[in-house]
Amino acid sequence: MGQAPNATPSTVARAVSKPNPAAPQAGLPVPGLGRVVEPTEMKGSAAIIRSLEELGVKDVFGLPGGAILPTYDPLMASETINHVLVRHEQGAGHAAQGYAMVTGEVGVCIATSGPGATNLVTAIADAHMDSVPMVAITGQVNSAFIGTDAFQEADIVGITMPITKHSFLVTKGEDIPRVLAQAFYLAGTGRPGPVLVDITKDAQEKPTEFSWPPVMDLPGYRPVTKGHAKQVREAAKLLTASLRPVIYAGGGVQKAHASRELMAFAEATGAPVVTTLTARGVFPDSHEQHVGMPGMHGAVSAVAALQQSDLVIALGARFDDRVTGVLASFAPDAKIIHADIDPAEISKNRTADVPIVGSLDEVLPDLTAEFSRRKAEGLAPDLGAWWENLNRLRETYPMGYTPSTDGALTPQHVIQRLGELTGPEAVYVAGVGQHQMWASQFIKYERPHQWLNSAGLGTMGYAVPAAMGAKVGNPDRVVWAIDGDGCFQMTNQELATCVINKIPIKVALINNSSLGMVRQWQTLFYDGRYSNTELNTGADSIRVPDFVKMADAYGCVGLRVEREEDMDAAIQQALEINDRPVIIDFIVSKDAMVWPMVPAGVPNDAIQIARGMTPEWNEED
Amino acid sequence: MARHTLSVLVEDVPGTLTRVAGLFARRAFNIDSLAVGPTEVPGLSRMTVVVDAEGDLLEQVTKQLNKLVNVIKIVELAPESSVQRDHVLIKVKADAATRLQVTQAADFFRARVVDVSPDAVVLEATGSSDKIEALLAVLEPFGVREIVKAGALAIGRGHKSMSERALRPVSA
Ligand SMILES: Cc1ncc(C[n+]2csc(CCOP(=O)(O)OP(=O)(O)O)c2C)c(N)n1
Ligand SMILES: [Mg+2]
Repeated sequence: MGQAPNATPSTVARAVSKPNPAAPQAGLPVPGLGRVVEPTEMKGSAAIIRSLEELGVKDVFGLPGGAILPTYDPLMASETINHVLVRHEQGAGHAAQGYAMVTGEVGVCIATSGPGATNLVTAIADAHMDSVPMVAITGQVNSAFIGTDAFQEADIVGITMPITKHSFLVTKGEDIPRVLAQAFYLAGTGRPGPVLVDITKDAQEKPTEFSWPPVMDLPGYRPVTKGHAKQVREAAKLLTASLRPVIYAGGGVQKAHASRELMAFAEATGAPVVTTLTARGVFPDSHEQHVGMPGMHGAVSAVAALQQSDLVIALGARFDDRVTGVLASFAPDAKIIHADIDPAEISKNRTADVPIVGSLDEVLPDLTAEFSRRKAEGLAPDLGAWWENLNRLRETYPMGYTPSTDGALTPQHVIQRLGELTGPEAVYVAGVGQHQMWASQFIKYERPHQWLNSAGLGTMGYAVPAAMGAKVGNPDRVVWAIDGDGCFQMTNQELATCVINKIPIKVALINNSSLGMVRQWQTLFYDGRYSNTELNTGADSIRVPDFVKMADAYGCVGLRVEREEDMDAAIQQALEINDRPVIIDFIVSKDAMVWPMVPAGVPNDAIQIARGMTPEWNEED
Repeated sequence: MARHTLSVLVEDVPGTLTRVAGLFARRAFNIDSLAVGPTEVPGLSRMTVVVDAEGDLLEQVTKQLNKLVNVIKIVELAPESSVQRDHVLIKVKADAATRLQVTQAADFFRARVVDVSPDAVVLEATGSSDKIEALLAVLEPFGVREIVKAGALAIGRGHKSMSERALRPVSA
């Protein structure tokens, strides 16, 4: 096992960690600090905390209850782990996600059995859809009671099986270090994702022998990181034969931390780049090769770049239906190069001509080198005509909006000013709905991990807790939650967590008094019959709740902006407050709509830049 | 659609069967039959899965299965390079008048008589699915009362073993 040669069991409760002098152990590399702990007697609960310490965990989010209570005792004594007590376990889950997204570390959330565990389910599903590295630790009833419908028993391993990368049920204290090490390894390597570790109360309570590092082997888990050389050559060959290439950058670029490699590749090839909703910022918006976000609410130039392309280079992207529209008519003339660390994504939705399985930080430099070699032989074509076309579309159909006419603020303008006054060093976290799309469209993203949102699952309520987690992970950055009046009411209880733990996030409420995105569909597809989308929080309503009073009740600063001319000053004021959370209630028009839009069920060519208006695809002669 | 036989080497840990079965359900893949049991290597089980899938779908099935952490290796066993066997117990009506005809039919298919009662016999048969189908067709006129079928079993021809090198240490 992982102890030094002459180790004798120590009797002290907390053994001293030493730098690991030995060569790596047999089996897989154990994540964490790389220290050695000699076998030490302790309770399973202490072994959990000790394992987390050895894994290098600094911050965790959770809420205790009966089945996890034993673990909260040694947690209180930990000198290196900061536990943030949330108000709802879903908040712990999203906070762990936000933390993971900005730090690149595995996020950790903790809950008790039964309802505590089921409250984590939404966040686990969210992390699964967006490939966020996260470990969820749940208490479970005594192993002797499993299967008896005991008090607060829920089969959380069973419930979360389809929405986790993997899961473990631990019933013996001796398994704790190995299982936690495996959980962190699985969550953080390959295609990241959530891993659940469910630990019975008796495993936490009984004494066990703890040592570190554990021997860890996962014979069925071998992510490939290096792209196959032959496929890389094939890809480069296609690239040098393409007159209309486009780089379709997805969230995988974010997860592989491969922005620099993407930049080198893009500049070598000269190809246009589109960044998906999960990839905003991995390639700077200000770069001349960036042609926008593709998809249902994407830029005309980005949608066109894909539709008219003869070669799509998909990087860590998954041909999601929100990007492709009707799949059969997506990029009809294009060959596909698809690079992804998850082989199952390749040819899942669209068959790839050249599949490359690997991590983008390794694949992209190989691809750049191979392309450059061929380019040096004079093989690279001129992309002039392609760029002329895309530039025309980009200039003719920039992201824009029409100012509101009902006296309330124009939501797009609010979001645009927020981005301009705050700048790209801040982190922007959105909820789900119209405000999310506007935030993706009207803020300039210049760096990776600048933009967080719930893309795949589309979880209302993500913003406040995820922003809280992001602020804990990046305390020196300004963190804006851009939230809807609907979303905010799902998880705003975490404002208490933020105030009490001094996590000064800022919340921009895009208050259109409605479930705006649903209302937009009712406007467009249900003859304006607004069934159950009025929230009565904003203009011309009874304003329940009063968000400014609510902010005040929580000990936050609450501001309200109803006039265009007060907007900048309020944003500035919020930027100057750093000792507590600030909420700005922007009273915006409920009639504003998200454009462009590809209506569901039609090819992307039918994108509308405003109601009933499609772009001119060809230059008029 | 075409039937394909996948042999799946898995870690023998709790939940593996649930994960595999759940995956098939969730991804809307059709399972024709599934057989699970221990192998020559302690700690490893082998599942023989017959799926109704073709081309891209079959590729998705194997890729998704491979993503399961407890799945170690998957091979597709082609009919020409493997032995595939169905196993069935059949209860057929048979009294003094018909018993001999029934057992003769069974003999013809090398099915064994494993139980005899005054008005029925239980036959056990193994073989290719075609052979079992043919046997059932022959027995049908006598009155088939019950059929219990195990999932198909399959193994590659030749000396190679699927578990060989399956546990080679990870180099990455
Ligand atoms: C938990 C959850 N429930 C329902 C939905 C469906 N849905 C998508 S957007 C939306 C409206 C969100 O309203 P709000 O937060 O006010 O944002 P707006 O669209 O008005 O900007 C709803 C109900 C969802 N995505 N998530
Ligand atoms: Mg709203």
